[in-house]
Amino acid sequence: MKVKQISVFLENRKGRLQEALETIAAAKLSIRALSIADTADFGILRLILPDPDKAKKALQKNNFTVRENDVIVVEVPDKPGGLAGVLKVLNDANINVEYLYAFVEKSGKKALVVLRTEKIEPAVKALRKADIEVMPSEKVYSL
Amino acid sequence: MIWNKAAECMSDNKRQELQLQRLKDAVNRAYSNVPYYKKRYTKNRFKPSDIKKLADLAKLPFSSKAELREGYPFNMFAVPMNEIVEVHTSSGTTGTPVVAGYTKNDIAIWSEVMARALTMAGTTKDDIVQNCYGYGLFTGGIGIHYGTQRIGATIVPISAGQTKRQLQVMIDFGTTIITCTPSYALYLAEAANEAGINMKKIKLRAGCFGAEMWTESIRNEIEKRLNLTALNIYGLTEIIGPGVAQECEAKDGLHISEDHFYPEIISPETLQPLADGEKGELVLTTLTREGMPMIRFRTKDITALHRGRCACGRTTVRMERITGRSDDMLKIRGVIVFPSQIEKALLEMKGIEPHYQIIVTRPQHLDEIEVKVEASKEIFSDEVRHLESVRDKIENHIERAIGLRVKVTLVEPKSLPRSEGKAVRVIDKRVL
Repeated sequence: MKVKQISVFLENRKGRLQEALETIAAAKLSIRALSIADTADFGILRLILPDPDKAKKALQKNNFTVRENDVIVVEVPDKPGGLAGVLKVLNDANINVEYLYAFVEKSGKKALVVLRTEKIEPAVKALRKADIEVMPSEKVYSL
Repeated sequence: MIWNKAAECMSDNKRQELQLQRLKDAVNRAYSNVPYYKKRYTKNRFKPSDIKKLADLAKLPFSSKAELREGYPFNMFAVPMNEIVEVHTSSGTTGTPVVAGYTKNDIAIWSEVMARALTMAGTTKDDIVQNCYGYGLFTGGIGIHYGTQRIGATIVPISAGQTKRQLQVMIDFGTTIITCTPSYALYLAEAANEAGINMKKIKLRAGCFGAEMWTESIRNEIEKRLNLTALNIYGLTEIIGPGVAQECEAKDGLHISEDHFYPEIISPETLQPLADGEKGELVLTTLTREGMPMIRFRTKDITALHRGRCACGRTTVRMERITGRSDDMLKIRGVIVFPSQIEKALLEMKGIEPHYQIIVTRPQHLDEIEVKVEASKEIFSDEVRHLESVRDKIENHIERAIGLRVKVTLVEPKSLPRSEGKAVRVIDKRVL
C-alpha cells in the first residue's frame, strides 16, 4: 500500500526547479502529484510519478540529491469535511501527519491526497479500518 | 628510507656548526650582491661580520613578498643574469608575481631536497611518479620533476587537469606515487568513484600533497578514498619551491631540510622570535641559495617547530602542518578565525562532504560568515524540519570550534567550485 515518493533537494537558485522538472521531462515521465516545501535558503520538491526509480536515477545523474520515501495515497470524499474526516481517523489513532498534498486529478468522484505520516503501516491499518480507500501503488503509478 | 643520511640524521652540534658557517656566507653574499639587502642592513647599522652565532640572525630585518615585488623582475638576484639558468614565478594571485632565479647549483640543491622529500614518501627508483602539479612558471611541477629524476624513479609529467586521462594513466601505467594538491586528490577520488574504478585494485601507494592548506580530516578522506598514504609537502617559490619540508611516514610533522633552509618562528604581532613548540609565523632563510638569497623571509604561514629525533631516524627539525596564514587569517568581529578551523569542524560531522565555501560579508557594519555546505545524500531528508535541524547542528558545531555564530547554507552537491589547483575556500566580500 506504500507509494514511493521522490524528494529532491533544491537550492534557492534561479532556474533550479525548472532544471529538475526538465530532467524528469527528458526521462519522459509525467508527474502525477507534486508539492514544494520551501525555506529562505532551500526547497524540497516532492513528486509522485509512474516510475520512481527511473526518475531517481535520472535526477541523480544530473547531480540532484534525491531521496525515496514511502507515502500513503488515500481517496477522500470530495465534499466539505472529507479530508477532515480522514485526518480525524489518524488523530484518533495517535498518528502524526508530517505533511500532505493533493493530486490534481480525481479518481472517480473522489479526491486523492498524499499523506506522509510518522509510521506508515499503522496509518494504513487505521485508515482501512475506518473504510477509507488507500490506493495501491500500481494504481497510483498508472493514473 | 633516507635519501641523505649524512644531512638528514646529523647531530645537532654538527648541524648548527654547518648552519652558522653557511649563514655567514649567505648574509655576506646577500649584502654584497643585492642592493636591497645592503641598503636595509646599512640603515640598521648591521654588517655581515656581526653574525657570530645563529641567534644573531634575529637582529636582521625581515624580508617579505612586498619587497620582492618591488624588485620585479630581477633586482633580487645575487648573481649576473648569465649565471641564472632558470626562473619561476609565484602564482601572482595576490598581485605582481615574485620572480625566483636559480643558478645551476640552486637547481642541484632543489633536486636534492626534493629527492629527500620523495624518499620520505617511500619513493625509490622502482617507482612511477604521476606528477599532477602544474608545469610551467609555477614551481610545483618542475620541483617534483627534478626530485624524481634525481632519485631515478620514472616521472609521468602529466601536469594538472584532464582528470579522466589522469585516471586512465594511473591504471595503465601502474602509477605508485602521486603528487598534487589535496583538493585535486579529492577531486580525482570523486571522479574515480563516478567512473566505477576500484582504488583497491590500483597500485597507488603514497602521495605528496601540498601547495595549499589542509587538515587531518582531509588526510583521512584522501587516504580512505584513494587507498594510499597521504603525506604533506611544503615549499614556496620565494625560498626554492616544493621540498623545503616534507612529512615522513611517521606523520609527526614535516622535516625541514635545515642544512639549506633555516627556520625561525616569530609572533606575527610582536615579530619577536618564539620558542620551539610555540605557534607562530614561519620565517625562512636560505643558507645555500645562490641565485636569490632570502634572508628572514616572512612566509605568513602559521606553524610550530619541534626538535628531537623522529621515529624515522631523522634529526632535522619538524614543523607542524600549516594551520593558517597570518594574512589570510580572518578577523571576524575581532576574533581570529582560520578557515582550517571551520573545515575541521565540518569534517568532524558525519555525512558532510569535504567541499565547502566560506563567505565573509559585512552587511550592517558587522561581520557575518556564511558557510556553504553541500547537502549530501546522507544528510538529505524530505522534511524541512529535519534539514533545518541538520543545518542548526552544523552551525552549533562550528560555533563551538571558533566561538562565533555562522550561517550555514545547504547547497546542492557538486555546486561548489572544484579546483584543479589551489582551492578557493574563502571569499571575503567585506569592504574594509
